[in-house]
Amino acid sequence: MMEALIHFGHTTLGLLRDVLPIAGILVGFQVLVLRRPIHNPVSVFIGMVFVLLGLAMFLEGLELALFPLGRLMAQQLTLPSFIFGITDGPIPAFSWTDYMWVYFFAAAIGFATTVAEPALIAVAIKANQVSGGTVTVNGLRLAVAVGVALGVALGTFRIVTGTPLHWYIVVGYIVVIIQTMVAPRAIIPLAYDSGGVTTSTVTVPLVAALGLGLAETIPGRSALLDGFGLIAFASLFPMITVMAYAQISALLTKRAHQDFVEPEE
Amino acid sequence: MPIVVVIAFFQLLVLRVPVPELGKIFAGALLVLFGLSLFVQGLKMALFPLGEDMAYSFVKRGNLWLLLLFAFTLGFGTTVAEPALIAIADEAATIAAGGGVIMNNQEAMDNYALGLRLVVALAVGFALLVGVIRILKGWPVQYLIIGGYIGVVVITAFAPPEIIGIAYDSGGVTTSTVTVPLVAALGIGLANSIRGRDPLVDGFGLIAFASLTPMIFVMAYGIII
Repeated sequence: MMEALIHFGHTTLGLLRDVLPIAGILVGFQVLVLRRPIHNPVSVFIGMVFVLLGLAMFLEGLELALFPLGRLMAQQLTLPSFIFGITDGPIPAFSWTDYMWVYFFAAAIGFATTVAEPALIAVAIKANQVSGGTVTVNGLRLAVAVGVALGVALGTFRIVTGTPLHWYIVVGYIVVIIQTMVAPRAIIPLAYDSGGVTTSTVTVPLVAALGLGLAETIPGRSALLDGFGLIAFASLFPMITVMAYAQISALLTKRAHQDFVEPEE
Repeated sequence: MPIVVVIAFFQLLVLRVPVPELGKIFAGALLVLFGLSLFVQGLKMALFPLGEDMAYSFVKRGNLWLLLLFAFTLGFGTTVAEPALIAIADEAATIAAGGGVIMNNQEAMDNYALGLRLVVALAVGFALLVGVIRILKGWPVQYLIIGGYIGVVVITAFAPPEIIGIAYDSGGVTTSTVTVPLVAALGIGLANSIRGRDPLVDGFGLIAFASLTPMIFVMAYGIII
């Protein structure tokens, strides 16, 4: 118990170090440059404490229960003994289909961690307020999570096959550009933003462990050259799925509208 | 908690090993839930109103340079201390030393990592600066982003292959959990307080810039070094 408390203190201190520069900049500009007192300083202060403590507890909970298991599983799933059913001896020639479970796990963990991502929740709340309810909090979170799932699964596929990262990214960009031309205009900035917010506190450690584990165990891959890049996939695909989500829901409303109008004719 | 479901499924059905320490996992999941609701409550009390308030005040003051200075400082200051970035910069220095790009000793590696952090922080500061100008002018976000993509693709062709993976990843890790809500609130506050700007169309997009410019800046750094 004592040990857990000390550990919790460490996490909080680390976060404090993270937040202090931000608080410094905010207070500096507010007081020195704008020369305006902060509205409701007490409520803002309590809110900041909530943010800090909440994040610390969140991270501590993950560290206590889920991260070690997630990392361990990422390792176990990529072990040759699991994939080929052999415990020693040279690894036989393999094809990318041998790693089916890895892709599946990558997609599942990408989805699950993104749904839990605090930064994404923040943006989803804002988007819901600003759009007057057309963008639902959970709809956006699901769309982004599906994007991360696809992205991470494809990213592990890339590591297994060892194909160059930038081809995938360039093709992804082309898809984004084409979608930008046809998607509803209002969703575009939000879709672009959701690429950046997906990968923070929860997703990065688990996804990075998976990538490095894979690159280390697959023959012919270097952890340094091939282990990176999963996060880039996880940032790219949400843009595509969020725009697709908007396109589909626009299409559905249109169709529903037509069905509604037709009987009158 | 979906994470618990995923882990339980793979642990029991695919790997066929029992889940160790069930009680610990349960306690952790409770902490996660409670922490998350506290965080969301704090967001609504502090970070959202603060970001929007500052946006209104800057527009009221009408001093463009102050606003731009604030945007740059916010981007630079929050990024340079970002733990995820520090980790990735150290990793990158190890790679560079291994690849013979820089001298293989501690001092050269530290210098390289620090340089990388400064470059990324500069990139994020620059991104917020451009993003704020965009909101003020009402430019459509897609032209700037697509222009940025073309920049990324072009510079990828010239960058050393060792840096590409890190450069692409550094775009994603720069925006931390505390910065994101603040920056989102700032953008929406600005779009709200300027006549003729739609908060949904003009207010979002700052984070997208902050994820894009580091890729270009890091690859440029890789080319120069």
